[in-house]
Amino acid sequence: MAASADVIARKRYLESTGSRRFVRFWGDFVRRRPLGTAGAALILVMIAAAALADVIAPYDPVKINFADLLQGPSSRHLLGTDPFGRDVFSRLVFGARTALLVGFVSSLVGCTVGLVLGVISAYFGGRVDTLIQRLMDVLLSFPLIVIAIAVVAALGTGQGLIGNVIAAITVPIIPRVARVVRSSALSVVRMPYIEATRSVGAGAVRIMFRHVAPNVFAPYLIMMTAFLGQAILLEASLSFLGLGVFEPTPSWGLMLRGAGMQFLEQAPWLAVAPGVAISMAVFGFNLFGDSLRDALDPRLRTG
Amino acid sequence: MRRYVVGRLLLMIPTLVGVAILTFVIMRAVPGDIVALQYAGSTVPQSVIDEQRHILGLDKPMWNQFTDWMGQIAHGDLGQSLWTGHPVVEEIQIRLPLSIELAILATLFAVAIAVPLGVVAAVRQDSWVDYVIRVFSIGGLSMPSFWIGLLMVLFTITVFNWAPPLIFTPITEDPAANLAGLILPAIAVGYRYSAVSMRMTRSTVLEVLREDYVRTARAKGVRESVVVMRHALRNALLPVVTVISLEFAFLIGGLVVTEQVFNLNGIGKLLVDAVAHRDYTMIQSLVLLLAAVFVLVNFAVDMVYMFLDPRIRYA
Repeated sequence: MAASADVIARKRYLESTGSRRFVRFWGDFVRRRPLGTAGAALILVMIAAAALADVIAPYDPVKINFADLLQGPSSRHLLGTDPFGRDVFSRLVFGARTALLVGFVSSLVGCTVGLVLGVISAYFGGRVDTLIQRLMDVLLSFPLIVIAIAVVAALGTGQGLIGNVIAAITVPIIPRVARVVRSSALSVVRMPYIEATRSVGAGAVRIMFRHVAPNVFAPYLIMMTAFLGQAILLEASLSFLGLGVFEPTPSWGLMLRGAGMQFLEQAPWLAVAPGVAISMAVFGFNLFGDSLRDALDPRLRTG
Repeated sequence: MRRYVVGRLLLMIPTLVGVAILTFVIMRAVPGDIVALQYAGSTVPQSVIDEQRHILGLDKPMWNQFTDWMGQIAHGDLGQSLWTGHPVVEEIQIRLPLSIELAILATLFAVAIAVPLGVVAAVRQDSWVDYVIRVFSIGGLSMPSFWIGLLMVLFTITVFNWAPPLIFTPITEDPAANLAGLILPAIAVGYRYSAVSMRMTRSTVLEVLREDYVRTARAKGVRESVVVMRHALRNALLPVVTVISLEFAFLIGGLVVTEQVFNLNGIGKLLVDAVAHRDYTMIQSLVLLLAAVFVLVNFAVDMVYMFLDPRIRYA
């Protein structure tokens, strides 16, 4: 029975302390969650590719080579070349950097801002709560892609403006996180220990961030992994639309946009390879996030 | 009860006004208006440009432009597209049937695979069947639907030597041709959105299967298939319905990228083009329309929920 195994794992975890607790948690994770472990492995591969891109990639990802246009996969070019003669495999490896950068920064900032707003909303309640929640409603009723397009359009796009893409992806994450954090924080705020802390004279800021925030850390962490995958997907979609990362920066979505569409029949590897990279990366984060949620909080509902 | 409904309806107004203000401000903050874009690179004298701005009302103070627009909307007039000069309503009317039809088809496809798979995964929890189904669904969440679309086109071209038609046929003219144009995008999008409803079905069915009344039914000797279908699924479907309807609301305007891949002239494409042209009236109307659809569906779901599940009562 999965439930009782969860209980045992949780008990063992609570009995251990410090670094042993950390080791025990991940030991159990690897043993009992094969899907999550597979996801973690995919993430590690991606991080390795991004970190060691200069070593792994056989060619310069942006160097144009007119001698080797639209070559099929071969031993010289593992995944062939694009219409500019650039090596597709090298571009994929460097594309991992773009994807991870955009994914990490936007989900970290988005989830953190969401956490702060959610905790403030739950702690103060009343007018502050209403105001923040209405604001979140406004952001939520924009379709995700619309708000991203609007932000990119407002900030402009162009070479070296990767920050704008990150901002565009961060904004729609905030209200989604704020909502979930608020509902978790609401029950924390009513706990007796919060009242106790207040009665010994702790200030609002101290209570919110030393006592409430750590107790909503589990949903925060879970959402961060989930939104990491979504952010990578969104970056690909925006770049595909021409509203994200710009040439010649290697980006998976961008690779699908230009050549992938145009040479679909002639050079299918141009459309297949970046798509597989996007899917694998997002798949890894989703698998990992799912299992992490089960491990951290078995009561949370899979939605 | 009545107070709650009226309150909810009234609360939509500030939300929509917020959306209107935000869209208005964001779009005016974008560098370059439609006139600047039209005459970019040409040597038209400044007076012509100024006159053009005057005709379109873009030379008025921002505040006046906003109140003018709000006044128009209060009279039920969405105004004219700055780009084509046609009424916004007309432009939307041309695209809306396609977007709604695609959203319906995609939702049907999603439900058709999500609910049965979700139930099976729940009944066979932690078996290999469950794992395969979960991997399948997480896969759907992970693949960009426009990429699935590209692959499907590639597949039908190489295997059947068939590609979806480039021109959209309305369903009233030729249902077969209409379906041929929409079936691939519907599957591509439906697969992605089935993942969310499938996971929802799985977890709610799992929850319900642990309820006392399910144990009672089993103890009475009710067949397992009847327990699952009648006792568990029925009671598990409510949250699933919620997820599906919210997705439907999203699908109407959110298929920007898929429309691009399949060359469909829907609401999403209209919006992207409008942003590119800085067609203020069009963007503002579209975003407001999509937000209204979203808010209304949200409201309708809550109402249906309350109606279907007597345990839920909002004060």
